[in-house]
Amino acid sequence: MPTTDFLKNRAVPVVLFVALALIPVYAQVFDDRFVMLFATRILILAIAALSLGFILGLGAMVSFGHAAYLGLGAYAVGILAYHDIWEAWISFPAAILVCAVFAAVTGAISLKTRGVYFIMITLAFGQMAYYTATSLSAYGGDDGLTMWGRSEFFGTSVFSNDTSFYWLVFGTLLAAFLFLKMVAASRFGRVLKGAKQNEARLQAIGIDPFAYRLTAFVIAGVIAGLAGALMANQAEFVAPAYMSWHRSGELIVMVVLGGMGYLHGAIIGAVAYLVLEEVLSGYTQHWRLIFGPLLILVVLYARGGILGAIKGRAP
Amino acid sequence: MNQPVLDLKKLNKAYGALKVTKNVSLTVASGEIHAVIGPNGAGKTTLIGQISGALRSDSGRVFFAGRDVTGLSVAKRAQRGLGRSFQITAILPDFSVLENVALGVQAKAGHSFRFLRPAAKDPRLNAKALECLDAVGLRARSKVRAGDLSHGEKRVLELAIALAGNPKLLLLDEPMAGAGPEETARLVSVLAALKDRIPILLVEHDMDAVFKLADRISVLVYGEVIASGGAEEIRQNPAVREAYLGTEDNA
Repeated sequence: MPTTDFLKNRAVPVVLFVALALIPVYAQVFDDRFVMLFATRILILAIAALSLGFILGLGAMVSFGHAAYLGLGAYAVGILAYHDIWEAWISFPAAILVCAVFAAVTGAISLKTRGVYFIMITLAFGQMAYYTATSLSAYGGDDGLTMWGRSEFFGTSVFSNDTSFYWLVFGTLLAAFLFLKMVAASRFGRVLKGAKQNEARLQAIGIDPFAYRLTAFVIAGVIAGLAGALMANQAEFVAPAYMSWHRSGELIVMVVLGGMGYLHGAIIGAVAYLVLEEVLSGYTQHWRLIFGPLLILVVLYARGGILGAIKGRAP
Repeated sequence: MNQPVLDLKKLNKAYGALKVTKNVSLTVASGEIHAVIGPNGAGKTTLIGQISGALRSDSGRVFFAGRDVTGLSVAKRAQRGLGRSFQITAILPDFSVLENVALGVQAKAGHSFRFLRPAAKDPRLNAKALECLDAVGLRARSKVRAGDLSHGEKRVLELAIALAGNPKLLLLDEPMAGAGPEETARLVSVLAALKDRIPILLVEHDMDAVFKLADRISVLVYGEVIASGGAEEIRQNPAVREAYLGTEDNA
């Protein structure tokens, strides 16, 4: 039945991305600049959440240090800008490279462990990155580093114009989503999903999952690093707070809130989390008192997160 | 063809003072089913671990397909053609039956660092997987979620997964455990049909199945092979009768 198939697999992400694509139109028509700036911020964090959702959903790798990549990507852009290098074709590859190396080294160690130990060790590496950033006194240390501008792309102002920057972020999110969806369906993705279900079975057919997990971990780190590079541009400011464990925790909450069974769950989770935060914090500064129980209800009664509730059952 | 597919030479394994495997030597030749039986606690599971590579032997060597594989990991031994089933069924419950077997084919088809094409629609994987499901009579269930199969079907599925890797030897750890009489009969006929193509080392509790299938039987008691021979020989062996067949284990 192709219609139910469509509903199950395609309809939600298509509606989601169409809705996101309409935001600049809305902003133009109603002259609402805030909505677009806010949406840009949401989509940047959605890219990071998506990358975490990839390793968490497919490989059960609960990385509690994923914000480190946001920070590393942001610092790569910020530090280069500090040295007067504004070209995105230099700073973005630099962000990718730094994140790939950090993910490869920390992943190779972390992935020797499982479960709670994996959570703790990724948290520890995340905190290492955080404290390293606070000690970078040349680049602002604790206070962070103001950029006084945005990246350039061969001299054009793609980054500086709010609308074109939104499209850049939107395009990055869409590309990352389609890429990860392709990877999830590939032979590589199948190995990840299999290893999550029964590692001994994988070993017994001759597949050692370690190298596959590590590769997935690096892919996720690089995509989160891209989000960080975009985030530095949006805020025109880089700070250690980008990599604090609170942020790592927020990313996990976004993934769980949206629903772990599907990649677009993380995007929905990021949107829901940040919109709720915005709305609730408008009523009271104690918004977490409401948000916390709400989250518990979702975890208890909508096992598949928001997506699970939409589809009527956990995936 | 006289060289055995599997050749265990004086394997030993101890946990502290407890010797679980004592000087075990046995072979599996092509075309045969060699069964290992023994009462609970005889060290069968440990021996399986030593053969599959999950456990490191204290001493002794494992030769498989003419090569010394003593130092190799589980995955490396599997790549060389050691297929296995587990005492507690190990399938991938969230995958379909077909996908379980297709992953077995994939594992044998080189590395899986392939990111572009969807694996589920890969005819090269699926054709071979369906062949293996045919061989065990599970093709009609190929689209079912593996976790939803009956217990006996899961056991058969495990066999199909092992077959997908074109194994040179099947290492089966109590394949009949928990299966009903009909399912056991089905497994027995599947294994009997397989053995000409693929030699089997069968660790099994079900005596009827063992005596029906095995060309040779080795009896393991307290980590030691106390007897080895044909079915009749084992039945008559007084030491075996005392240690094993005479007890309530003769179910």
